[in-house]
Amino acid sequence: MINITVGMATCGVSAGAEKILDTLKGVAKGIPASDVAVAATGCIGMCYREPLVEVSDGKSTFLYADVTEEKAKKIFESHVKDKKSVDEWVIIKNHSEGPEFGYLGKQVKIVLRNCGVIDPDSLDEYLGKDGYKAIKKILAGVTPEQVVEQMIASGLRGRGGGGFSTGMKWKFASMSKGPKKYVICNADEGDPGAFMDRSVLEGDPHSVIEGMMICGYAIGASEGYIYCRAEYPMAVKRLQRSIAVLEEKGMLGDNIFGSKFSFRLKVKEGAGAFVCGEETALISSIEGKRGTPKVRPPYPAAKGLFGKPTNINNVETFANVPWIILNGPEKYAAYGTEKSKGTKVFAIAGKASKAGLVEVPMGISINEIVNEICGGIRGGKKFKGVQMGGPSGGCIPASLADTKIDYEEITKLGAIMGSGGMIVVDEDTCMVELARFFLAFTQNESCGKCTSCRIGTLRMLEILERIVAGKGTEEDIPMLQELAQYIGKASSCGLGTTAPNPVLTTLKYFKDEYLAHIRDHVCPAHSCAALVKFIINPETCTGCTLCARDCPTKAISGERKQPHVVNESLCVKCGKCFTVCNFGAIYKD
Amino acid sequence: MKAKARNADIDISKEFTPEQLKKVDKIIEKFKDRPGALIPVLEEAQMVLEFLPMPILKIIAGGLNLPLSQVYGVVTFYSFFTMTPRGKYTVRVCLGTACYVRGGKAIYDNIKKELNVEEGETTDDRMFTLETVRCIGACGLGPVIFVNDNVHGRLKPAKIKDVLSKYN
Ligand SMILES: Cc1cc2nc3c(=O)[nH]c(=O)nc-3n(C[C@H](O)[C@H](O)[C@H](O)COP(=O)(O)O)c2cc1C
Ligand code: FES
Repeated sequence: MINITVGMATCGVSAGAEKILDTLKGVAKGIPASDVAVAATGCIGMCYREPLVEVSDGKSTFLYADVTEEKAKKIFESHVKDKKSVDEWVIIKNHSEGPEFGYLGKQVKIVLRNCGVIDPDSLDEYLGKDGYKAIKKILAGVTPEQVVEQMIASGLRGRGGGGFSTGMKWKFASMSKGPKKYVICNADEGDPGAFMDRSVLEGDPHSVIEGMMICGYAIGASEGYIYCRAEYPMAVKRLQRSIAVLEEKGMLGDNIFGSKFSFRLKVKEGAGAFVCGEETALISSIEGKRGTPKVRPPYPAAKGLFGKPTNINNVETFANVPWIILNGPEKYAAYGTEKSKGTKVFAIAGKASKAGLVEVPMGISINEIVNEICGGIRGGKKFKGVQMGGPSGGCIPASLADTKIDYEEITKLGAIMGSGGMIVVDEDTCMVELARFFLAFTQNESCGKCTSCRIGTLRMLEILERIVAGKGTEEDIPMLQELAQYIGKASSCGLGTTAPNPVLTTLKYFKDEYLAHIRDHVCPAHSCAALVKFIINPETCTGCTLCARDCPTKAISGERKQPHVVNESLCVKCGKCFTVCNFGAIYKD
Repeated sequence: MKAKARNADIDISKEFTPEQLKKVDKIIEKFKDRPGALIPVLEEAQMVLEFLPMPILKIIAGGLNLPLSQVYGVVTFYSFFTMTPRGKYTVRVCLGTACYVRGGKAIYDNIKKELNVEEGETTDDRMFTLETVRCIGACGLGPVIFVNDNVHGRLKPAKIKDVLSKYN
C-alpha cells in the first residue's frame, strides 16, 4: 500500500499544489485504491520548499520538495512501478534524516501534531490520531473544576499575544453565574506577516473544535463562535465542513457522546479590520456592530457576547488543549522555562533562508531558531535582527538573539512574544523604514475612538516619513519619544498602547540608523529611495533599454546592447529603473 | 475619476437585475430577526451585487430596521465592504510585513502603473479593481498577490505583466 499526500494549505496551493494533486490523481487512475491512495494534507511547515509531496510505502516515508508536474509523474512511477524512491529529490526520509532534516530536528510538535500528517477534511483520520478522545475522557467522569485545574497545572498561557494563564481565564468564566455562556475562538490573526493560526485551521480544524468543546464543558457554555478572517477562505470552508460532519454524527449538538453536555458551533467571518482581533472589538463585531473596543472591566468573563459571560481564546491556545488533557498537564509543563511552559509556534518570514512554520519548546533561543532551524539569512547576507509580535511588538537586534523564547525575557527587551509572527531582517532592511511601515499600519487600523491613538500615531508617522525622506531634524527623536509616551498611556485598547513599540525598540537598538538618516542623509541599508544613488552595473547590464524607456526624467542613457548609465543630476530617485530591470543590473548605493 | 460612479445617485434598477434585487430581499428576510444580522447580510448582499451603493444600504437599513448611519458606519469601517463598482477581477496586493520586506511595495507600484489605477479604483474597462491586503497567510512565498481567489507567489516586478495578461 502506497500513500501519497500533497500539502494543500494556502502556501502549497499558491505554489501550484493543486496541479500536482490533479496530476497524481490522474496517473493513479485505474490502480486499485487498496494499492495507492492519493490525498491532500495540511501545511507541512516547510513553506519555502512548496509544493511538497510525501510518499509512504508502509515501511518508510519520503518527503519531496519543489515538486513539478513532471517530477510528480516520475516520483509516482518510481514508487509504484519500480518500488523505489527517487533519492536525489528526497529532502527528508522517515522524518529523521536527509538534507533538510535540520529544519525539523529541534522542533517539538504539539499544536502542529497533525498538520501535514492527516487529511484535514477527514474526521476519520483525526479520530485515528486520538481525535475526540480527550473530550470523551472528560465526559466520562472528569468534573469541570478538574479540567480547569489541569489547565492551570499545565501552565499554558494565551497564545494570542497577551500571555494570560488559560486555566485562570477559564476559572473566571466558570465562576460567572448564568444559564447562558459563550466560548469564542479568536481566529482573526491580525498580525500582518503571521500565519500560524491559518495553518492550524487549514491543517487540523478538529483539534481547535475539540479544544473549544472542552472549554465549553469546563466553563458551562453550550454555544461557541469561531471568528475567522475573511481573508482565509480555505480555513473558513474547512471549519464549516468539519462542523457539518460533526453535527451529522451527533458529535456536536445535544447530549454529546450520550452525556448531558450539549455544544453548538458557528463560524463568523471577519471583514478586514485589525482592531477586531482585540477581544471586546471582536465581540462587538460578532454582534454586528463596528468593531470598536470597549473599556475593561467588565471583562468578557463577566459580561461578553450579547452581555453574557464569555471565554475567548486564540486558535493555537485551543489546539493545545486536547493534547494536554490526553497526555497530562505535567508532560506539557515539562517543556519550557519556569514561567513559560510548553511549545510555541512561530511563522518565520522575511529574509530567513527557510521561511515557514516552526514549533519549538519555550526556552530555545532566537539564534537557534534563525540560524539552526531556518538556516540563517538568504544569500549569505548579515543577520540584523528579528521583529516579533507584529505592529504591537518590537525589534530585537542580532546582538541579543541569544535571548530565550520566554514571555518575560522578551518583554524585558521592549518587544513582546506576540502571537508568533517572526520577521527576520538582514543588512538590507532599513529599521527606520520598518518602524514607519508598522506605524503606517496601526495608524490606518486605528478605530478612531481615542484621540491619542488616532492623531498621535499620525503625528509620529509624519515625523518618520520626514526622516526616511532625508528631511528629519535632531529634534525629531525626542519628539517621537514624547509622543510615544503619551500614546502608550492615553489610549484605551492594546492597539494604541502598543503602537509605539516598533519605533521605541528601533530607537533603542538602532538609533545610529536614525541619526545617519538625519545627520548624514544616508540610509545605511541602502533602502530608502530618497537617500540612495542608483547605479547601473556595466557587467550585468545587457543594454535592453527597458529602464531608459521607463525613466520619467530621461535620466538614463545608453546605446542598445551597450551598458547604460544614470545621470545623477536628473535622477529623481523614483526607483522605477530598479524595479523594472530584469537582470538585477541596477543597485543602490 | 475612474469608473467611480457617484453612488448616491446610482440607478439601481439599471445597475442590477430584478433577480439580484430579489435575492437581496431574501437575504434580509433570512437574517431579519437574528442577533448580529447586519454583517452577514452585508456580506451576502455584496456576494450577489458585488458592491453596495447607498440606495442598497438604505434598503438594508429599512429591512433590518436599523438606522442608516449604523449601516453606513459598518460598511465604511470594514475594508471588506465596498460602495463602488468592481472590476471582473480583483487584484489584491499583499503589503503584509513579510511581503513588504521582500519587495511587495515594488510589486504594488508596478501593478498601479500597469493598470493605471490607484488603490480602491477600477480600470475604465471594469476588468480590474486594485486593492491592498495585509497578509493572506502565504508569507513563506512572498511577495504574493491574489487575483480573485488565485494566489500568485514568489513574484518579481518584471513578471507582473505576464500574470495579469492571463486574465481577460
Ligand atoms: C489590537 C489587538 C489585536 C489583537 N489581535 C489578535 C488576534 O489577531 N488574534 C488573537 O488571538 N488575539 C488577538 N489579540 C488579543 C485578544 O484581545 C485576546 O487577548 C486573545 O484573543 C485572548 O486569547 P488567548 O488568551 O488565548 O491569547 C489582539 C489584541 C489587540 C489589543
Ligand atoms: S505578508 Fe504577504 S502573505 Fe503574509
